[in-house]
Amino acid sequence: MSTSATRTLAPRLSAALAIFVVMAAVPPLALAVDDPFLMVIASRMLVFAIAALSLDLILGYGAMVSFGHAAYLGIGAYAVALGARWGVTDLLAQILLGMGMSAAFATVTGAISLRTRGVYFIMITLAFAQMAYFFFVAQSSLGGDDGVALQARSTLLGLPLEGDQTLYYTILGALVAIYAGLYRLTLSRFGRVLKGTRENALRMQAIGYRPFRYQLVAYVIAACLCSVAGVLLANLTEYVSPAYMSWHRSGELIVMLVFGGIGTLTGAVAGALVAVGLEELLAVFSEHWRLGFGLILVLVVLFSPDGLTGLMQRLGLRAPGLRNDGEGRGDD
Amino acid sequence: MTDLLQVRDLRKNFGALAVTDGVDMSVAEGELHAVIGPNGAGKTTLIAQLSGQLAPDSGQVIYAGQDITRADMAARVEAGLARSFQITALLPGMTVLENVALAVQARSGSSFRFWRDAGAEEITNAQARMALDEVGLADRAGALASALSHGEQRQLELAVALATKPRLLLLDEPLAGTGGAEAERLIALMQRLKKRLTLVLIEHDMDAVFQLADRISVLVYGRIVASGTPEAVRADPAVRAAYLGEEEGA
Repeated sequence: MSTSATRTLAPRLSAALAIFVVMAAVPPLALAVDDPFLMVIASRMLVFAIAALSLDLILGYGAMVSFGHAAYLGIGAYAVALGARWGVTDLLAQILLGMGMSAAFATVTGAISLRTRGVYFIMITLAFAQMAYFFFVAQSSLGGDDGVALQARSTLLGLPLEGDQTLYYTILGALVAIYAGLYRLTLSRFGRVLKGTRENALRMQAIGYRPFRYQLVAYVIAACLCSVAGVLLANLTEYVSPAYMSWHRSGELIVMLVFGGIGTLTGAVAGALVAVGLEELLAVFSEHWRLGFGLILVLVVLFSPDGLTGLMQRLGLRAPGLRNDGEGRGDD
Repeated sequence: MTDLLQVRDLRKNFGALAVTDGVDMSVAEGELHAVIGPNGAGKTTLIAQLSGQLAPDSGQVIYAGQDITRADMAARVEAGLARSFQITALLPGMTVLENVALAVQARSGSSFRFWRDAGAEEITNAQARMALDEVGLADRAGALASALSHGEQRQLELAVALATKPRLLLLDEPLAGTGGAEAERLIALMQRLKKRLTLVLIEHDMDAVFQLADRISVLVYGRIVASGTPEAVRADPAVRAAYLGEEEGA
Protein backbone atom coordinates (compact mmCIF):
# COMPACT_ATOMS: atom_id res chain seq x y z
CA MET A 1 0.00 0.00 0.00
CA SER A 2 1.51 3.29 -0.97
CA THR A 3 -0.72 6.07 0.32
CA SER A 4 -4.35 6.87 0.84
CA ALA A 5 -4.29 7.86 -2.83
CA THR A 6 -4.70 4.28 -3.99
CA ARG A 7 -7.81 3.86 -1.91
CA THR A 8 -9.64 6.80 -3.43
CA LEU A 9 -8.59 5.90 -6.98
CA ALA A 10 -10.42 2.65 -7.36
CA PRO A 11 -13.98 4.06 -7.45
CA ARG A 12 -13.35 6.56 -10.23
CA LEU A 13 -11.56 3.91 -12.26
CA SER A 14 -14.40 1.44 -11.94
CA ALA A 15 -16.90 4.17 -12.76
CA ALA A 16 -15.00 4.89 -15.97
CA LEU A 17 -14.88 1.19 -16.83
CA ALA A 18 -18.62 0.94 -16.30
CA ILE A 19 -19.16 3.87 -18.67
CA PHE A 20 -16.95 2.28 -21.32
CA VAL A 21 -18.76 -1.07 -21.06
CA VAL A 22 -22.17 0.60 -21.36
CA MET A 23 -20.99 2.65 -24.34
CA ALA A 24 -19.63 -0.48 -25.99
CA ALA A 25 -23.13 -1.93 -25.85
CA VAL A 26 -24.71 0.99 -27.70
CA PRO A 27 -24.24 -0.21 -31.33
CA PRO A 28 -26.00 -3.57 -30.86
CA LEU A 29 -28.68 -1.76 -28.86
CA ALA A 30 -29.17 0.85 -31.60
CA LEU A 31 -29.45 -1.99 -34.09
CA ALA A 32 -31.99 -3.81 -31.94
CA VAL A 33 -34.27 -0.79 -31.56
CA ASP A 34 -33.52 0.21 -35.15
CA ASP A 35 -32.53 3.76 -34.29
CA PRO A 36 -29.29 4.66 -36.09
CA PHE A 37 -29.48 8.20 -34.71
CA LEU A 38 -28.76 6.77 -31.28
CA MET A 39 -25.34 5.74 -32.47
CA VAL A 40 -24.64 9.13 -34.00
CA ILE A 41 -25.39 10.77 -30.65
CA ALA A 42 -23.29 8.22 -28.78
CA SER A 43 -20.41 8.82 -31.21
CA ARG A 44 -20.59 12.53 -30.53
CA MET A 45 -20.55 11.81 -26.82
CA LEU A 46 -17.37 9.77 -27.15
CA VAL A 47 -15.62 12.33 -29.34
CA PHE A 48 -16.37 15.11 -26.88
CA ALA A 49 -15.35 12.86 -24.01
CA ILE A 50 -11.88 12.75 -25.58
CA ALA A 51 -11.81 16.53 -25.93
CA ALA A 52 -13.04 17.07 -22.37
CA LEU A 53 -10.49 14.56 -21.04
CA SER A 54 -7.67 16.46 -22.69
CA LEU A 55 -8.93 19.72 -21.22
CA ASP A 56 -9.15 18.12 -17.79
CA LEU A 57 -5.41 17.48 -17.88
CA ILE A 58 -4.60 21.19 -18.00
CA LEU A 59 -7.69 22.65 -16.32
CA GLY A 60 -8.26 20.03 -13.66
CA TYR A 61 -4.74 18.87 -12.91
CA GLY A 62 -2.76 21.91 -13.97
CA ALA A 63 -5.17 24.68 -12.92
CA MET A 64 -4.74 26.23 -16.37
CA VAL A 65 -8.20 27.41 -17.38
CA SER A 66 -7.94 27.46 -21.16
CA PHE A 67 -10.81 29.15 -22.93
CA GLY A 68 -9.40 28.25 -26.31
CA HIS A 69 -9.14 24.50 -26.18
CA ALA A 70 -11.54 23.98 -29.09
CA ALA A 71 -8.82 25.39 -31.35
CA TYR A 72 -7.23 21.96 -31.24
CA LEU A 73 -10.53 20.26 -32.04
CA GLY A 74 -10.57 22.40 -35.19
CA ILE A 75 -6.92 21.86 -36.01
CA GLY A 76 -7.46 18.10 -35.76
CA ALA A 77 -10.48 18.35 -38.04
CA TYR A 78 -8.56 20.41 -40.60
CA ALA A 79 -5.77 17.83 -40.48
CA VAL A 80 -8.29 15.43 -42.04
CA ALA A 81 -9.28 17.92 -44.76
CA LEU A 82 -5.69 18.86 -45.50
CA GLY A 83 -4.56 15.24 -45.33
CA ALA A 84 -7.23 14.19 -47.80
CA ARG A 85 -6.14 17.00 -50.13
CA TRP A 86 -2.52 15.87 -49.96
CA GLY A 87 -3.49 12.25 -50.49
CA VAL A 88 -2.98 11.25 -46.86
CA THR A 89 -6.13 9.33 -46.00
CA ASP A 90 -4.85 7.03 -43.27
CA LEU A 91 -6.41 7.87 -39.92
CA LEU A 92 -3.19 7.34 -37.96
CA ALA A 93 -1.24 9.54 -40.37
CA GLN A 94 -3.90 12.21 -40.10
CA ILE A 95 -3.78 11.97 -36.32
CA LEU A 96 -0.02 12.46 -36.48
CA LEU A 97 -0.51 15.44 -38.78
CA GLY A 98 -3.11 16.92 -36.43
CA MET A 99 -0.87 16.33 -33.43
CA GLY A 100 2.08 17.92 -35.18
CA MET A 101 0.12 21.04 -36.10
CA SER A 102 -1.41 21.21 -32.62
CA ALA A 103 1.94 20.73 -30.91
CA ALA A 104 3.44 23.57 -32.93
CA PHE A 105 0.54 25.93 -32.23
CA ALA A 106 0.35 24.94 -28.55
CA THR A 107 4.07 25.29 -27.96
CA VAL A 108 4.15 28.85 -29.27
CA THR A 109 0.84 30.06 -27.82
CA GLY A 110 1.28 28.11 -24.57
CA ALA A 111 4.73 29.56 -23.95
CA ILE A 112 3.25 33.04 -24.29
CA SER A 113 -0.02 32.33 -22.43
CA LEU A 114 1.75 30.74 -19.47
CA ARG A 115 3.44 34.04 -18.73
CA THR A 116 0.04 35.20 -17.51
CA ARG A 117 -2.15 33.98 -14.67
CA GLY A 118 -5.79 33.79 -13.74
CA VAL A 119 -8.25 35.70 -15.84
CA TYR A 120 -5.47 36.90 -18.17
CA PHE A 121 -4.64 33.30 -19.02
CA ILE A 122 -8.31 32.68 -19.83
CA MET A 123 -8.41 35.72 -22.10
CA ILE A 124 -5.13 35.10 -23.89
CA THR A 125 -5.98 31.46 -24.66
CA LEU A 126 -9.32 32.71 -25.99
CA ALA A 127 -7.52 35.27 -28.15
CA PHE A 128 -5.17 32.70 -29.65
CA ALA A 129 -8.05 30.35 -30.40
CA GLN A 130 -9.89 33.18 -32.14
CA MET A 131 -6.78 33.80 -34.23
CA ALA A 132 -6.82 30.16 -35.30
CA TYR A 133 -10.55 30.45 -36.00
CA PHE A 134 -10.15 33.46 -38.27
CA PHE A 135 -7.12 31.94 -39.94
CA PHE A 136 -9.28 29.06 -41.17
CA VAL A 137 -12.20 31.39 -41.97
CA ALA A 138 -9.81 33.18 -44.31
CA GLN A 139 -8.77 30.00 -46.12
CA SER A 140 -11.13 30.16 -49.08
CA SER A 141 -9.53 27.05 -50.57
CA LEU A 142 -10.82 25.18 -47.51
CA GLY A 143 -14.29 26.63 -47.82
CA GLY A 144 -13.65 29.63 -45.61
CA ASP A 145 -16.52 30.38 -43.29
CA ASP A 146 -18.67 27.56 -44.70
CA GLY A 147 -16.11 24.84 -44.25
CA VAL A 148 -15.63 21.91 -46.53
CA ALA A 149 -17.33 18.56 -46.93
CA LEU A 150 -15.06 15.53 -46.95
CA GLN A 151 -15.05 13.29 -50.01
CA ALA A 152 -14.80 10.21 -47.85
CA ARG A 153 -13.87 9.10 -44.40
CA SER A 154 -10.30 8.27 -43.52
CA THR A 155 -8.90 4.79 -43.86
CA LEU A 156 -7.45 2.76 -41.04
CA LEU A 157 -4.52 0.55 -41.98
CA GLY A 158 -5.73 0.50 -45.57
CA LEU A 159 -9.33 -0.32 -44.72
CA PRO A 160 -11.96 2.38 -45.11
CA LEU A 161 -13.79 3.45 -41.95
CA GLU A 162 -17.08 2.50 -43.54
CA GLY A 163 -20.15 1.87 -41.54
CA ASP A 164 -21.03 3.70 -38.41
CA GLN A 165 -20.11 0.73 -36.21
CA THR A 166 -16.50 0.61 -37.36
CA LEU A 167 -16.09 4.33 -36.74
CA TYR A 168 -17.90 4.06 -33.43
CA TYR A 169 -15.59 1.40 -32.06
CA THR A 170 -12.56 3.25 -33.40
CA ILE A 171 -13.63 6.30 -31.43
CA LEU A 172 -14.35 4.22 -28.34
CA GLY A 173 -10.94 2.57 -28.66
CA ALA A 174 -9.25 5.96 -28.89
CA LEU A 175 -11.15 7.18 -25.85
CA VAL A 176 -10.21 4.17 -23.74
CA ALA A 177 -6.56 4.41 -24.78
CA ILE A 178 -6.41 8.14 -24.01
CA TYR A 179 -8.17 7.66 -20.69
CA ALA A 180 -5.71 4.93 -19.73
CA GLY A 181 -2.73 7.02 -20.80
CA LEU A 182 -3.90 10.07 -18.89
CA TYR A 183 -4.75 7.94 -15.87
CA ARG A 184 -1.18 6.69 -15.77
CA LEU A 185 0.16 10.15 -16.43
CA THR A 186 -1.69 11.67 -13.49
CA LEU A 187 -0.12 9.09 -11.18
CA SER A 188 3.36 9.49 -12.65
CA ARG A 189 6.18 11.74 -11.56
CA PHE A 190 5.09 14.27 -14.16
CA GLY A 191 1.50 14.13 -12.95
CA ARG A 192 2.60 14.73 -9.37
CA VAL A 193 4.58 17.79 -10.35
CA LEU A 194 1.60 19.08 -12.31
CA LYS A 195 -0.73 18.60 -9.35
CA GLY A 196 1.82 20.15 -7.01
CA THR A 197 1.96 23.20 -9.24
CA ARG A 198 -1.82 23.41 -9.13
CA GLU A 199 -1.73 23.28 -5.34
CA ASN A 200 1.06 25.82 -4.80
CA ALA A 201 3.47 26.93 -7.53
CA LEU A 202 5.67 28.88 -5.10
CA ARG A 203 6.15 25.80 -2.95
CA MET A 204 7.17 23.81 -6.03
CA GLN A 205 9.83 26.39 -6.87
CA ALA A 206 11.04 26.32 -3.29
CA ILE A 207 11.75 22.60 -3.56
CA GLY A 208 13.57 22.92 -6.85
CA TYR A 209 11.06 22.82 -9.72
CA ARG A 210 10.53 25.25 -12.56
CA PRO A 211 6.74 24.92 -12.99
CA PHE A 212 6.67 26.60 -16.41
CA ARG A 213 8.30 23.62 -18.15
CA TYR A 214 5.84 21.13 -16.75
CA GLN A 215 2.85 23.34 -17.44
CA LEU A 216 3.94 23.89 -21.03
CA VAL A 217 4.49 20.18 -21.66
CA ALA A 218 1.06 19.42 -20.18
CA TYR A 219 -0.45 22.15 -22.34
CA VAL A 220 1.08 20.62 -25.49
CA ILE A 221 0.00 17.08 -24.54
CA ALA A 222 -3.56 18.28 -23.94
CA ALA A 223 -3.55 20.04 -27.31
CA CYS A 224 -2.33 16.93 -29.13
CA LEU A 225 -4.94 14.70 -27.48
CA CYS A 226 -7.71 17.17 -28.26
CA SER A 227 -6.67 17.15 -31.92
CA VAL A 228 -7.35 13.40 -31.95
CA ALA A 229 -10.94 14.24 -31.02
CA GLY A 230 -10.94 16.72 -33.92
CA VAL A 231 -9.76 14.11 -36.42
CA LEU A 232 -12.51 11.77 -35.23
CA LEU A 233 -15.16 14.51 -35.24
CA ALA A 234 -14.36 15.33 -38.88
CA ASN A 235 -14.79 11.68 -39.77
CA LEU A 236 -18.04 11.51 -37.86
CA THR A 237 -19.63 14.52 -39.54
CA GLU A 238 -17.68 14.12 -42.80
CA TYR A 239 -17.45 17.85 -42.67
CA VAL A 240 -14.89 20.37 -41.48
CA SER A 241 -15.60 23.98 -40.60
CA PRO A 242 -14.16 26.76 -38.47
CA ALA A 243 -17.22 26.41 -36.22
CA TYR A 244 -15.45 23.48 -34.52
CA MET A 245 -13.01 25.93 -32.98
CA SER A 246 -15.37 28.75 -32.11
CA TRP A 247 -15.19 30.10 -28.61
CA HIS A 248 -18.66 28.68 -27.90
CA ARG A 249 -17.17 25.27 -28.38
CA SER A 250 -14.32 26.04 -25.97
CA GLY A 251 -16.91 27.15 -23.44
CA GLU A 252 -18.89 23.94 -23.94
CA LEU A 253 -15.80 21.90 -23.13
CA ILE A 254 -15.42 23.78 -19.84
CA VAL A 255 -19.13 23.24 -19.13
CA MET A 256 -18.64 19.50 -19.65
CA LEU A 257 -15.92 19.50 -17.00
CA VAL A 258 -18.13 21.47 -14.62
CA PHE A 259 -20.92 18.94 -15.15
CA GLY A 260 -18.69 15.98 -14.50
CA GLY A 261 -16.31 17.41 -11.94
CA ILE A 262 -12.80 18.63 -12.71
CA GLY A 263 -9.52 16.94 -12.00
CA THR A 264 -10.80 13.36 -11.95
CA LEU A 265 -10.65 12.28 -15.65
CA THR A 266 -13.75 10.14 -15.10
CA GLY A 267 -15.72 13.32 -14.45
CA ALA A 268 -14.65 14.67 -17.84
CA VAL A 269 -15.98 11.57 -19.60
CA ALA A 270 -19.22 11.57 -17.62
CA GLY A 271 -19.63 15.31 -18.13
CA ALA A 272 -19.23 15.06 -21.89
CA LEU A 273 -21.79 12.25 -22.05
CA VAL A 274 -24.29 14.15 -19.95
CA ALA A 275 -23.79 17.46 -21.74
CA VAL A 276 -24.18 16.01 -25.24
CA GLY A 277 -27.07 13.85 -24.04
CA LEU A 278 -28.85 16.79 -22.44
CA GLU A 279 -28.38 18.88 -25.56
CA GLU A 280 -30.11 16.23 -27.67
CA LEU A 281 -32.77 15.50 -25.08
CA LEU A 282 -33.73 19.11 -24.36
CA ALA A 283 -33.74 19.92 -28.07
CA VAL A 284 -36.59 17.41 -28.44
CA PHE A 285 -38.77 19.46 -26.10
CA SER A 286 -37.95 22.94 -27.24
CA GLU A 287 -35.81 24.92 -29.61
CA HIS A 288 -34.96 27.04 -26.59
CA TRP A 289 -33.16 24.08 -25.05
CA ARG A 290 -30.22 26.23 -24.05
CA LEU A 291 -32.42 27.80 -21.40
CA GLY A 292 -33.00 24.46 -19.72
CA PHE A 293 -29.35 23.56 -20.18
CA GLY A 294 -28.31 26.75 -18.44
CA LEU A 295 -30.72 26.11 -15.60
CA ILE A 296 -29.32 22.64 -15.02
CA LEU A 297 -25.79 24.03 -15.09
CA VAL A 298 -26.69 26.58 -12.43
CA LEU A 299 -28.17 23.83 -10.27
CA VAL A 300 -25.05 21.70 -10.62
CA VAL A 301 -22.76 24.57 -9.68
CA LEU A 302 -24.92 25.51 -6.71
CA PHE A 303 -25.62 22.08 -5.30
CA SER A 304 -22.72 19.93 -6.44
CA PRO A 305 -19.65 22.06 -7.13
CA ASP A 306 -17.63 18.91 -7.73
CA GLY A 307 -20.03 17.91 -10.49
CA LEU A 308 -21.29 14.38 -10.97
CA THR A 309 -18.14 12.89 -9.46
CA GLY A 310 -18.69 14.81 -6.26
CA LEU A 311 -22.35 13.84 -6.24
CA MET A 312 -21.57 10.16 -6.73
CA GLN A 313 -18.93 10.34 -4.05
CA ARG A 314 -21.24 11.89 -1.53
CA LEU A 315 -24.00 9.38 -2.32
CA GLY A 316 -21.47 6.55 -2.09
CA LEU A 317 -20.10 7.77 1.20
CA ARG A 318 -23.53 8.06 2.71
CA ALA A 319 -24.44 4.54 1.75
CA PRO A 320 -24.01 2.14 4.67
CA GLY A 321 -20.99 -0.11 4.65
CA LEU A 322 -18.75 2.32 2.80
CA ARG A 323 -16.21 4.03 4.93
CA ASN A 324 -15.37 7.66 4.61
CA ASP A 325 -11.72 8.33 5.21
CA GLY A 326 -12.49 11.97 5.56
CA GLU A 327 -10.78 13.00 2.37
CA GLY A 328 -13.16 14.77 0.07
CA ARG A 329 -11.09 15.10 -3.09
CA GLY A 330 -11.52 12.41 -5.65
CA ASP A 331 -8.50 13.19 -7.79
CA ASP A 332 -5.69 11.69 -5.82
CA MET B 1 35.31 28.55 9.48
CA THR B 2 34.72 29.93 6.01
CA ASP B 3 31.70 31.90 4.95
CA LEU B 4 29.08 29.83 3.18
CA LEU B 5 26.87 32.83 2.50
CA GLN B 6 27.88 36.42 1.97
CA VAL B 7 25.49 39.27 1.40
CA ARG B 8 26.98 42.49 0.07
CA ASP B 9 25.19 45.82 0.13
CA LEU B 10 21.83 44.29 -0.71
CA ARG B 11 19.12 46.80 -1.53
CA LYS B 12 15.42 46.46 -2.29
CA ASN B 13 12.87 49.23 -2.52
CA PHE B 14 9.12 48.94 -2.63
CA GLY B 15 8.21 52.32 -4.07
CA ALA B 16 9.85 54.92 -1.86
CA LEU B 17 10.28 52.48 1.00
CA ALA B 18 13.74 50.94 1.36
CA VAL B 19 12.82 47.53 2.75
CA THR B 20 16.35 46.23 2.41
CA ASP B 21 18.68 49.18 2.84
CA GLY B 22 22.23 48.05 2.22
CA VAL B 23 22.43 44.78 4.11
CA ASP B 24 25.87 43.24 4.60
CA MET B 25 26.08 39.95 6.39
CA SER B 26 28.01 36.72 6.33
CA VAL B 27 27.05 33.27 7.49
CA ALA B 28 29.85 30.86 8.38
CA GLU B 29 29.64 27.23 7.39
CA GLY B 30 28.13 25.23 10.23
CA GLU B 31 26.75 28.08 12.29
CA LEU B 32 23.22 28.94 13.23
CA HIS B 33 22.84 32.56 12.37
CA ALA B 34 19.71 34.20 13.71
CA VAL B 35 18.25 37.36 12.20
CA ILE B 36 16.04 39.26 14.59
CA GLY B 37 14.32 42.58 14.41
CA PRO B 38 11.02 44.28 15.12
CA ASN B 39 7.99 43.77 12.90
CA GLY B 40 8.41 45.47 9.55
CA ALA B 41 12.21 45.35 9.74
CA GLY B 42 12.32 43.49 6.41
CA LYS B 43 13.27 40.03 7.63
CA THR B 44 10.99 38.07 5.35
CA THR B 45 11.93 40.31 2.41
CA LEU B 46 15.56 39.51 3.13
CA ILE B 47 14.86 35.77 3.15
CA ALA B 48 12.91 36.14 -0.10
CA GLN B 49 15.98 37.69 -1.73
CA LEU B 50 18.34 35.07 -0.33
CA SER B 51 16.11 32.26 -1.58
CA GLY B 52 15.58 33.78 -5.02
CA GLN B 53 11.88 34.46 -4.69
CA LEU B 54 12.52 38.20 -5.00
CA ALA B 55 15.22 39.90 -7.06
CA PRO B 56 17.18 42.62 -5.22
CA ASP B 57 17.55 46.06 -6.81
CA SER B 58 21.29 45.97 -6.24
CA GLY B 59 23.93 44.19 -4.25
CA GLN B 60 25.23 40.65 -4.29
CA VAL B 61 24.44 37.29 -2.77
CA ILE B 62 27.44 34.96 -2.74
CA TYR B 63 26.80 31.31 -1.85
CA ALA B 64 29.64 28.79 -1.63
CA GLY B 65 31.87 31.16 -3.57
CA GLN B 66 29.35 31.61 -6.39
CA ASP B 67 27.48 34.78 -7.19
CA ILE B 68 23.86 33.60 -7.12
CA THR B 69 22.23 37.03 -7.10
CA ARG B 70 20.42 36.34 -10.38
CA ALA B 71 19.89 32.58 -9.95
CA ASP B 72 16.26 31.41 -9.71
CA MET B 73 14.84 29.47 -6.78
CA ALA B 74 15.20 26.08 -8.45
CA ALA B 75 18.90 26.66 -9.17
CA ARG B 76 19.54 27.69 -5.57
CA VAL B 77 17.71 24.64 -4.20
CA GLU B 78 19.76 22.46 -6.51
CA ALA B 79 22.91 24.07 -5.08
CA GLY B 80 21.73 23.28 -1.55
CA LEU B 81 20.11 26.53 -0.47
CA ALA B 82 16.58 25.79 0.73
CA ARG B 83 13.99 27.67 2.74
CA SER B 84 10.89 27.18 4.82
CA PHE B 85 8.00 29.61 4.79
CA GLN B 86 6.66 31.75 7.58
CA ILE B 87 3.12 31.38 6.34
CA THR B 88 2.80 27.67 5.82
CA ALA B 89 3.01 26.93 2.10
CA LEU B 90 2.19 23.29 1.59
CA LEU B 91 0.38 21.32 -1.09
CA PRO B 92 -2.95 21.07 0.80
CA GLY B 93 -4.68 18.57 -1.49
CA MET B 94 -1.83 16.08 -1.36
CA THR B 95 -0.79 13.72 1.39
CA VAL B 96 1.98 14.43 3.90
CA LEU B 97 4.14 11.77 2.27
CA GLU B 98 3.49 13.19 -1.22
CA ASN B 99 4.46 16.67 -0.03
CA VAL B 100 7.85 15.39 1.06
CA ALA B 101 8.27 12.87 -1.76
CA LEU B 102 7.96 15.69 -4.31
CA ALA B 103 10.94 17.40 -2.68
CA VAL B 104 12.92 14.15 -2.89
CA GLN B 105 11.84 13.64 -6.50
CA ALA B 106 13.08 17.10 -7.47
CA ARG B 107 16.66 16.11 -6.76
CA SER B 108 16.58 12.46 -7.82
CA GLY B 109 16.16 11.97 -11.53
CA SER B 110 13.96 13.49 -14.17
CA SER B 111 10.36 14.41 -13.47
CA PHE B 112 9.53 14.09 -17.16
CA ARG B 113 8.38 10.53 -16.59
CA PHE B 114 4.84 9.96 -17.65
CA TRP B 115 3.94 6.33 -17.03
CA ARG B 116 5.30 4.72 -13.87
CA ASP B 117 3.36 5.21 -10.66
CA ALA B 118 5.32 7.76 -8.62
CA GLY B 119 3.61 6.57 -5.45
CA ALA B 120 5.27 3.18 -5.89
CA GLU B 121 8.84 4.52 -5.93
CA GLU B 122 10.28 2.79 -2.88
CA ILE B 123 13.54 4.75 -2.73
CA THR B 124 11.77 8.10 -3.01
CA ASN B 125 9.22 7.13 -0.38
CA ALA B 126 11.90 5.79 1.97
CA GLN B 127 13.81 9.07 1.82
CA ALA B 128 10.60 11.01 2.35
CA ARG B 129 9.78 8.89 5.38
CA MET B 130 13.23 9.58 6.81
CA ALA B 131 12.58 13.31 6.65
CA LEU B 132 9.18 12.80 8.28
CA ASP B 133 10.80 10.68 10.96
CA GLU B 134 13.26 13.44 11.66
CA VAL B 135 10.52 15.97 12.41
CA GLY B 136 8.35 13.42 14.20
CA LEU B 137 5.57 13.24 11.64
CA ALA B 138 6.02 9.69 10.35
CA ASP B 139 2.69 8.47 11.72
CA ARG B 140 0.82 11.12 9.70
CA ALA B 141 2.30 10.14 6.32
CA GLY B 142 -1.05 9.18 4.79
CA ALA B 143 -3.04 12.20 5.92
CA LEU B 144 -3.81 15.12 3.64
CA ALA B 145 -1.61 18.12 4.39
CA SER B 146 -4.75 20.21 4.83
CA ALA B 147 -5.91 17.88 7.61
CA LEU B 148 -2.88 18.56 9.81
CA SER B 149 -2.97 20.76 12.88
CA HIS B 150 -1.06 24.03 12.73
CA GLY B 151 1.85 22.61 14.69
CA GLU B 152 2.01 19.55 12.45
CA GLN B 153 2.02 21.79 9.38
CA ARG B 154 5.03 23.62 10.83
CA GLN B 155 6.74 20.24 11.24
CA LEU B 156 5.87 19.32 7.67
CA GLU B 157 7.29 22.63 6.42
CA LEU B 158 10.59 21.59 7.96
CA ALA B 159 10.41 18.02 6.65
CA VAL B 160 9.86 19.31 3.10
CA ALA B 161 12.81 21.70 3.38
CA LEU B 162 15.01 18.94 4.80
CA ALA B 163 14.02 16.55 2.01
CA THR B 164 15.72 18.85 -0.50
CA LYS B 165 19.00 17.87 1.26
CA PRO B 166 20.09 21.45 1.90
CA ARG B 167 23.53 22.65 2.91
CA LEU B 168 22.14 25.99 4.02
CA LEU B 169 18.60 26.18 5.31
CA LEU B 170 16.72 29.48 5.66
CA LEU B 171 14.05 29.15 8.34
CA ASP B 172 11.43 31.90 8.33
CA GLU B 173 9.82 31.89 11.78
CA PRO B 174 9.51 28.12 12.15
CA LEU B 175 7.95 28.58 15.60
CA ALA B 176 5.25 31.01 14.44
CA GLY B 177 1.93 30.13 16.02
CA THR B 178 3.24 27.15 17.94
CA GLY B 179 3.50 26.90 21.69
CA GLY B 180 4.45 24.66 24.56
CA ALA B 181 5.39 21.13 23.61
CA GLU B 182 5.19 21.82 19.87
CA ALA B 183 7.69 24.66 20.11
CA GLU B 184 9.99 22.62 22.31
CA ARG B 185 10.01 19.77 19.84
CA LEU B 186 10.88 22.15 16.99
CA ILE B 187 13.64 23.76 19.07
CA ALA B 188 15.08 20.32 19.84
CA LEU B 189 14.95 19.55 16.11
CA MET B 190 16.87 22.74 15.29
CA GLN B 191 19.44 21.81 17.94
CA ARG B 192 20.01 18.54 16.06
CA LEU B 193 20.02 20.19 12.65
CA LYS B 194 22.65 22.77 13.57
CA LYS B 195 25.12 19.95 14.06
CA ARG B 196 25.04 19.08 10.37
CA LEU B 197 23.61 22.09 8.54
CA THR B 198 24.18 25.78 8.28
CA LEU B 199 21.04 27.57 9.37
CA VAL B 200 19.74 31.09 8.99
CA LEU B 201 16.91 31.53 11.45
CA ILE B 202 14.38 34.31 11.55
CA GLU B 203 12.45 34.11 14.77
CA HIS B 204 10.45 36.25 17.16
CA ASP B 205 10.81 33.90 20.12
CA MET B 206 13.81 35.49 21.88
CA ASP B 207 14.29 32.60 24.30
CA ALA B 208 14.63 30.22 21.39
CA VAL B 209 16.95 32.58 19.52
CA PHE B 210 19.35 33.07 22.41
CA GLN B 211 19.26 29.37 23.15
CA LEU B 212 20.04 28.29 19.58
CA ALA B 213 22.07 30.97 17.85
CA ASP B 214 25.83 31.04 17.42
CA ARG B 215 25.57 34.51 15.97
CA ILE B 216 22.80 37.05 15.78
CA SER B 217 22.25 39.90 13.35
CA VAL B 218 19.77 42.59 14.26
CA LEU B 219 17.78 44.06 11.40
CA VAL B 220 16.01 47.38 11.92
CA TYR B 221 14.32 49.27 9.08
CA GLY B 222 16.18 47.26 6.46
CA ARG B 223 19.64 47.73 8.01
CA ILE B 224 21.79 45.46 10.12
CA VAL B 225 22.43 47.54 13.23
CA ALA B 226 24.45 44.92 15.09
CA SER B 227 25.91 41.49 14.49
CA GLY B 228 27.79 39.18 16.81
CA THR B 229 27.53 36.52 19.48
CA PRO B 230 24.32 36.41 21.54
CA GLU B 231 26.19 37.93 24.49
CA ALA B 232 27.59 40.79 22.45
CA VAL B 233 24.25 41.51 20.83
CA ARG B 234 22.46 41.40 24.17
CA ALA B 235 24.90 43.96 25.54
CA ASP B 236 24.90 46.23 22.49
CA PRO B 237 23.33 49.57 23.49
CA ALA B 238 22.12 50.28 19.95
CA VAL B 239 20.23 47.00 19.93
CA ARG B 240 18.74 47.63 23.34
CA ALA B 241 17.54 51.01 22.18
CA ALA B 242 16.24 49.95 18.82
CA TYR B 243 14.79 46.61 19.60
CA LEU B 244 15.26 44.67 22.78
CA GLY B 245 14.42 47.50 25.14
CA GLU B 246 11.30 48.21 23.23
CA GLU B 247 10.25 44.56 23.39
CA GLU B 248 11.02 44.18 27.06
CA GLY B 249 9.19 47.37 27.87
CA ALA B 250 6.09 46.21 26.01
